[in-house]
Amino acid sequence: MKIVIAVKRVVDYNVKVRVKSDKSGVETAGVKMSMNPFDEIAVEEAVRLKEKGIATEIVAVSVGVTQAQETIRTALAMGADRGILVETEIAVEPLAVAKLLKALAEKEGAELVILGKQAIDDDMNATGQMLAALLGWPQGTFASKVEIADGAATVTREVDGGLETVKLALPAVVTADLRLNEPRYASLPNIMKARKKTIDVVKPADLGVDVTPRLTVINVSEPPSRKAGIKVPDVATLVEKLRNEAKVI
Amino acid sequence: MTSLVVLDFDATGIKQPSRSAVAAAAKLGEVHALVAGSGVGVAAEAAAKISGVSKVLVADDAAYAHTLAEPTAALIVSLAGNYGHIFQAATASGKNVLPRVAALLDVQPISDISGVVDADSFVRPIYAGNALATVKSSDAKKIITVRASSFDPVPAEGGSAAIESVCAAGTDGKSSYVGSELSKSERPELTAAKIIVSGGRGMQNGENFTKLIEPIADKLGAAVGASRAAVDAGFVPNDYQVGQTGKIVAPELYIAVGISGAIQHLAGMKDSKVIVAINKDEDAPIFQVADYGLVGDLFNILPELEKAL
Repeated sequence: MKIVIAVKRVVDYNVKVRVKSDKSGVETAGVKMSMNPFDEIAVEEAVRLKEKGIATEIVAVSVGVTQAQETIRTALAMGADRGILVETEIAVEPLAVAKLLKALAEKEGAELVILGKQAIDDDMNATGQMLAALLGWPQGTFASKVEIADGAATVTREVDGGLETVKLALPAVVTADLRLNEPRYASLPNIMKARKKTIDVVKPADLGVDVTPRLTVINVSEPPSRKAGIKVPDVATLVEKLRNEAKVI
Repeated sequence: MTSLVVLDFDATGIKQPSRSAVAAAAKLGEVHALVAGSGVGVAAEAAAKISGVSKVLVADDAAYAHTLAEPTAALIVSLAGNYGHIFQAATASGKNVLPRVAALLDVQPISDISGVVDADSFVRPIYAGNALATVKSSDAKKIITVRASSFDPVPAEGGSAAIESVCAAGTDGKSSYVGSELSKSERPELTAAKIIVSGGRGMQNGENFTKLIEPIADKLGAAVGASRAAVDAGFVPNDYQVGQTGKIVAPELYIAVGISGAIQHLAGMKDSKVIVAINKDEDAPIFQVADYGLVGDLFNILPELEKAL
């Protein structure tokens, strides 16, 4: 079974982002970039499926600027076999990413596509669902457990009230939630080996996909900031303040 | 043009976040609501009473019993022709289903909005709420999930909408429901609670949640939440998680116990009206957003707090 995984290059999760003074977006110049943390979990899950002998090949795909090759390289160092970069300077929206991934999943003959459930930059939480829709495949979103057997994926999902399990006929799309696994760190030998793995570079037009955004960003602003309040010395004072000052209990 | 709001519900009625989604939709004009499920008579009656809803569409079919994304999205697509906007609260179900609807309609969805500017433009938090983007959609239809904590819910009573049955759109049978493990609790749901008591890594184990946090929550009629660290460590189930990728809450009072205040956690609770932080580390970032901070050992403070309430 061939697995396609999608990996996005995003501002590192430890960076406190700053809004640009012209309100056109957030500052990304000189900011540390990393693989979207949820995508690391997707990569790890694919690699484990390969280690179990269920997956035969893992293709890591990224959509973005030239430097997104580094993100693919990270996936290769974790255990993916080869990479494809769909290179574009445009900030491609989830709908167009889903169209690009659809084209590649079909071309590769993938039976499973695993993505992170959301990217921590635009927080859209949409690409996996949209890809499944476009392919006409079932979807297992927010997965905390995936079992592949007899042509089906049994996916345990994190939902509002707890956990839900669904069974999906393959081919299918799975999006990874936090507790699906703990991604490995790539070892130095594997990082060296990853340098020799292939990354093909294609353009959106090669895949026949129009990536023109549907959303125009009018502006990006800072949220109203919250000021630190006071420290109270003891429980009695806290309860008194909550009762008589804040009036919330 | 009229908006359609897809409602979330259970045996007890319509979920509160759905009434926030109605509030968002009502800013643009007339609102119809969709109740899709199996044996949904009670929910349909409840939906018809929601203030501001003029018509309730009911799809009562075994195919929708567990709100699987595939049949539910197909149903919504079959109804989409009449509507300019389709909304759902950004619940686990809304996040699962609406992007699938959007792709089938060739629309870029607008996720987790916190504001409605006009029929084409919406405000949404990005980067864990550290920036707010105002975006304008050029799509003919808008598919939108709503951050419930940003919109006051419309009243559950006061409406008298007409109820209309709609035909099931069928299912391709590629997905099926296996089962659920749902947390059982008498306490309010996190996304509807007026008070939340949350614990973090500092709680050390699940037993301490039961022993120290739950009695306080019960005295206050509060819901119990947790940081990602506490959930990852297995202290409490996943549905307790408050944060960027968990639940987004904005109660009247949020009490954070043994939570340091990572960006990802703050993203889920910093719109709370009053925040209390209890932490032994006086430099913990949680204190930068807390209205009232108490530095000390939670194992002494919590029992004392319980007694004082």
